[in-house]
Amino acid sequence: MSTIDHPAPAHEIRERFGFWKRSYAMLVKEFIQLRRDRVSFAMIVMLPVMQLLLFGYAINTTPHNLPSAVLLQEDSDLARSVLKALENTAYYRFIYEVHDVDEFDNLLKSGKVLFGVEIPRGFERAVRRGDKPALLVAADATDPVAASAALGSLGMIVQTALAHDLYIGNPPEMPFEIRAHARYNPAANSSLNIVPGLVGTILTMTMLIFTALSVTREVERGTMESLLSMPIKPVEVMFGKIIPYVLVGFVQAFLIIGIGVFLFGVPVLGNLFLLALLSTLFITTNLSIGYTISTLVQNQLQAMQMSMMFFLPSILLSGFMFPFAGMPNWAQYVGECLPLTHYLRIVRAIMLKGASMPNLRFDAAALVILMLVAMTIAVTRFRRTLD
Amino acid sequence: MNASNDIAIDVKGLTKSFGGREVVHDLSMQVKRGSIYGFLGPNGSGKTTTIRILCGLLTPDSGEGTCLGYDILRDAEKIKRQVGYMTQRFSLYQDLSVRENLEFVARIYGLADARGAARDMIKRLGLSGREEQLAGELSGGWKQRLALGACTLPSPKLLLLDEPTAGVDPKARRDFWNEIHALAADGLTVLVSTHYMDEAERCHEIAYIAYGHLLTHGTVEEVIAGSALTTYTVTGEDLNGLTAALTGKPGVDMVAPFGTSLHVSGRDVAALEASIAPWRDKSGLHWHKSAPSLEDVFIELMGRSKDNFQ
Repeated sequence: MSTIDHPAPAHEIRERFGFWKRSYAMLVKEFIQLRRDRVSFAMIVMLPVMQLLLFGYAINTTPHNLPSAVLLQEDSDLARSVLKALENTAYYRFIYEVHDVDEFDNLLKSGKVLFGVEIPRGFERAVRRGDKPALLVAADATDPVAASAALGSLGMIVQTALAHDLYIGNPPEMPFEIRAHARYNPAANSSLNIVPGLVGTILTMTMLIFTALSVTREVERGTMESLLSMPIKPVEVMFGKIIPYVLVGFVQAFLIIGIGVFLFGVPVLGNLFLLALLSTLFITTNLSIGYTISTLVQNQLQAMQMSMMFFLPSILLSGFMFPFAGMPNWAQYVGECLPLTHYLRIVRAIMLKGASMPNLRFDAAALVILMLVAMTIAVTRFRRTLD
Repeated sequence: MNASNDIAIDVKGLTKSFGGREVVHDLSMQVKRGSIYGFLGPNGSGKTTTIRILCGLLTPDSGEGTCLGYDILRDAEKIKRQVGYMTQRFSLYQDLSVRENLEFVARIYGLADARGAARDMIKRLGLSGREEQLAGELSGGWKQRLALGACTLPSPKLLLLDEPTAGVDPKARRDFWNEIHALAADGLTVLVSTHYMDEAERCHEIAYIAYGHLLTHGTVEEVIAGSALTTYTVTGEDLNGLTAALTGKPGVDMVAPFGTSLHVSGRDVAALEASIAPWRDKSGLHWHKSAPSLEDVFIELMGRSKDNFQ
């Protein structure tokens, strides 16, 4: 091994474009580290694909083939055709036929069935007389989402059942009338709504965690001490750490939308370029928030916990899980402070309604403001010393 | 810049506390340009804290001074450009290769040709052929070399090395010190903390710090002379028994075995000689008066400072 036997050739230091050079140095370093971390790298692709498939296929807010029971107190042709019509909607699947009220109640109470239909004695005769008899449908409404769609379909079902019944013919007056009109998603296909929502949710989760860990990782690995002793400024560290993940986020958004379009048949009615542009804005906003978290916490565990603290309200109050307009006022105010709320409006509007920039001005501006606030906090919170 | 052009570090009254515990107390020191200044002291004595204050990583609670002519409180950013700091724990990126680490440093400091600078440094460090190896996979000695290379890459004027040779084999340590001397010969100022006495003896000047207090400083000869310690070296039989008999006697400040001999030291010569008199002529024991070693001086200082500050 040779010791140093010739002085180092002096390399010139140039001050010009220092900001860009130092940000670039950080960016290259982050990219290399990301590429070396095989597990994280695989997660970039695996996470969105897995979540999308799970949400798209397994989680269905308009569930079908719900277990049901019928309390049949009259065995008439009309009763049979009503049941047949109910089963034809594919919402109900009759697995019990009972003749006793107690048994009927127990099935519902125990959760063995979600719906119970009671056909009263003398049903057919009452209908023929025009007495408008009551057809009781008891629903286990503990899961309102599961029940509501099935309940909503009832009105039409009874109509069609009656209309097609030979004994009745075409009654001049319908027993009752409910008119449902599902705009944008007439088939009540939940993946149409879920896929655009998932673009935002998945991006929030992955982007937050990637940057939330970035500063604490440097501290825990001991590299922060060296980094701080070098002439690099907090803004440069931030840009160097955020930019690589903008690309990562872009790949993820592309994957989710691609799968949504090709596997779930979700349309993209609006401008794809606008969607890409606003998605990049949303990705950067989330990365800034994640980075802010990493300047506030002391270790990686805290970073994960704080990310979850931000992620949960994002899911619950953004309109991803529950309709935004249905939330109380205070929840709506909180929701307006979350980037996901604005992005959900943007992505749903562009993909499903073909909206253009003038429609989305407000939400785009909100994302810019949230991003700038996060970046300001991060830069001021970044500790230049080890104090 | 002023008359102290040949002074690289000039600080006065540095004090720093963490959570109410004073880690550095009223520390003043001067380091000449182009010299190798050794920083010695027990673990937790405030060496690392002092070094961190000097390179702007920590703000002192009180005190003032300059580093390379820049104010340590106001010009931390300017100091960072001209100081290479090698941390105690390996702090380059373990998941980056040798080349990538050096290029990263070169870019941060704004070297015009980052790739070229990294390439030259790899050659200089004798790491050719290992440039694509991950830094985390290097052996301890090579890691130290790489870390030293990374902090000398931007041609700093001052090197701050925090226990650079801890856990490195003797051969690698000697090579490391040859490099430090070569760098100092080129005009670089080096402040190095260490636990090794042989390393202390290779410094132009040393300072001893314990419990945040700078206890003594100067050349090795000055520090030994300033200790006013008298040491007798004893060889012979039953040294263990002798150790037990002498420990705690008036004038005997320290009894320490060195291989097959025993060092008996004290600051009060008369008391020391009175205490050892009964054993002086004992058959089987050979006494002779010797200069205290640097280690004798430091251990005695450490024992004394423990009484004063704890």
